[in-house]
Amino acid sequence: MSTTLDWAEGVLGWAVANWSHPGEPDRGVLPRLLEHIRLAYSSIAIGLALAIPLGLACVRWRILYPPLLTGVNVLYAVPSIALFFLMLPYTGFSDWTAIVPLALYTLVILLPNVVDGLRQVPDHVRQAAVAMGFGPLRRLISVETPVALPIIIAGLRVASVATISMVSVASLVGLGGLGRLILSDGFRRQFDAPIIVGIVLVVALALVTDALLVLAQRLLTPWARRDRRPRTGRALRRAAAAAPTGAETIGSTAGAPPGKG
Amino acid sequence: MITFEGAAKHYPDGTVAVADLDLTVETGRTTVFVGPSGSGKTTSLRMINRMVEPTRGIVRVDGVDIRDRDPALLRRGIGYVIQQAGLFPHRTVLDNIATVPLLLGVRKRTARARAAELMELVGLEPSMGRRWPHQLSGGQQQRVGVARALAADPPILLMDEPFSAVDPVVRTGLQDELLRLQRELRKTIVFVTHDIDEAVRLGDRIAVFRPGGELAQYDTPERLLTEPADAFVESFVGHDRGVRRLSFFPARSLSLREDVVCGDDLKVEDVLHIAEGHPWILVIDAARAPLGWIAARALRDSPTGIRLGEMETVPYGHTFSVETDSLRAALDAAVLSPAGRAVGVDEDGCVIGVVGQDDLGTALWSVTD
Ligand SMILES: Nc1ncnc2c1ncn2[C@@H]1O[C@H](COP(=O)(O)OP(=O)(O)OP(=O)(O)O)[C@@H](O)[C@H]1O
Ligand SMILES: [Mg+2]
Repeated sequence: MSTTLDWAEGVLGWAVANWSHPGEPDRGVLPRLLEHIRLAYSSIAIGLALAIPLGLACVRWRILYPPLLTGVNVLYAVPSIALFFLMLPYTGFSDWTAIVPLALYTLVILLPNVVDGLRQVPDHVRQAAVAMGFGPLRRLISVETPVALPIIIAGLRVASVATISMVSVASLVGLGGLGRLILSDGFRRQFDAPIIVGIVLVVALALVTDALLVLAQRLLTPWARRDRRPRTGRALRRAAAAAPTGAETIGSTAGAPPGKG
Repeated sequence: MITFEGAAKHYPDGTVAVADLDLTVETGRTTVFVGPSGSGKTTSLRMINRMVEPTRGIVRVDGVDIRDRDPALLRRGIGYVIQQAGLFPHRTVLDNIATVPLLLGVRKRTARARAAELMELVGLEPSMGRRWPHQLSGGQQQRVGVARALAADPPILLMDEPFSAVDPVVRTGLQDELLRLQRELRKTIVFVTHDIDEAVRLGDRIAVFRPGGELAQYDTPERLLTEPADAFVESFVGHDRGVRRLSFFPARSLSLREDVVCGDDLKVEDVLHIAEGHPWILVIDAARAPLGWIAARALRDSPTGIRLGEMETVPYGHTFSVETDSLRAALDAAVLSPAGRAVGVDEDGCVIGVVGQDDLGTALWSVTD
């Protein structure tokens, strides 16, 4: 027991001692954490920014979707390390070497969610929008996208956790945020404190990000929460037809977190 | 006025959804499109707001060929209610109702105030305005659908099987509500259903469609039931159309008897002479509310001195309103009454008199002439 405590104290001591070094802005745990956040969040943001217009296009022109999905899936099958190395000649040791592949992976996870989300907008809701005089663009912006939002955010949760974990791999090309603690300081020097600190911070970052997304979902889609009134089976089914975007649907639409290395 | 001039819809796969349709929908009236599934009712309805473009022919609204109108703008001036209500799940009930005024550029506050007015008009609690659509029952959702269609005060209202997803009791309530609204608003309503009873109840005019998208008959409900144009219409309106037709004749024309209606404070011996010629007497209380029937036999068998109110009575079943109900309701009340007689009441539920089978029979015979 006391040895475990000693060990934990040692790890914590190392983290505190190495948190940051005044005068040396690139050394210590904090700069690695900030780098990790920067790489992960820009990849997620770019992936999302690509997934939405591509998803809209796939819904508008149905024949686009199968080839596009196959294409991004093939990319997803390429090991991330290989992609990072393939990027090197073009992007050098800049952030883009990590961001381009990671943004692509985010896109792979998000695209099906955007497409499914838009496709599951109930036909009667769409028809009603047409009948009331919404033009196609207005319908997309103020009816279809909001109704698809719970499923898009569910996909974003999966994609962000996967991306945050994958950033570490980029340490092999000299990037990788917290991954560098694990790889350079830990493995190479056979020293476990940096490895533990790196893992704990990656997991914590993933959890915090997920919590932020859940919060965003609550704020953006308050209507998708169905917890106010006890409902009978019949009423529930009718409600599901009117708004099939509650938690049940999210669970079934969002794929399992991909085990991507 | 909406006119279909040889309007047809042929799909590329060869399906004829609507064959040449010539029809005039009168302003301020309710016109019902009725027919079996696939007979082109929805297709015809959607030609009016350009959700379906006819492959041939012209549709005019107030004389203007609607192809000259921008579809989105045209639709904002035509209310539309669909079967599953089609409410927007991400907007509150109030904002759902305010949709079209907002599209038309009305300020948010004004649009919401208008929406609140409409909630009252269609009989929804104001507190429901803050709910999400999924927190309403099916019947309430339909009311919201109707309110939303009325929000911009369009002169035309298209309704595609709006009440078919709710149970019969709620449906009847919604139909009553629509009749009341229509008396008040006088919109040009085109209503699609495949329920002939609903059509007869709501329609000023009924268009019966047959498979293949042809118009089989276009007539008033009464003429549809009396003179079906052909065997298809006859079988579609059903073989009880004779009985159904009775709903067009007021119960007012019946002659009601008062002599068999007795107060509950009368004694058995006071009413024995009535029971001579009639097998049943109806007992009422001091406020003229019906209490029940007593058989003449039971009166003769009971000792003298007992007041009618103390005797056991046979339930009177349901009554009909002399002023507002039809012969059909009176007949129904008589058939369901254990005494075989119907109790006629006024608006306050006070007994006016009863109608026996022979009187009812006379009235029915006079109707068939
Ligand atoms: N896009 C389409 N392509 C081919 N046929 C179609 C298409 N849309 C509708 N139809 C056909 O047109 C016919 C009329 O359809 P419509 O929806 O008007 O029928 P309806 O009378 O409203 O039926 P219901 O009572 O079932 O709603 C049907 O046979 C239908 O299959
Ligand atoms: Mg239909």
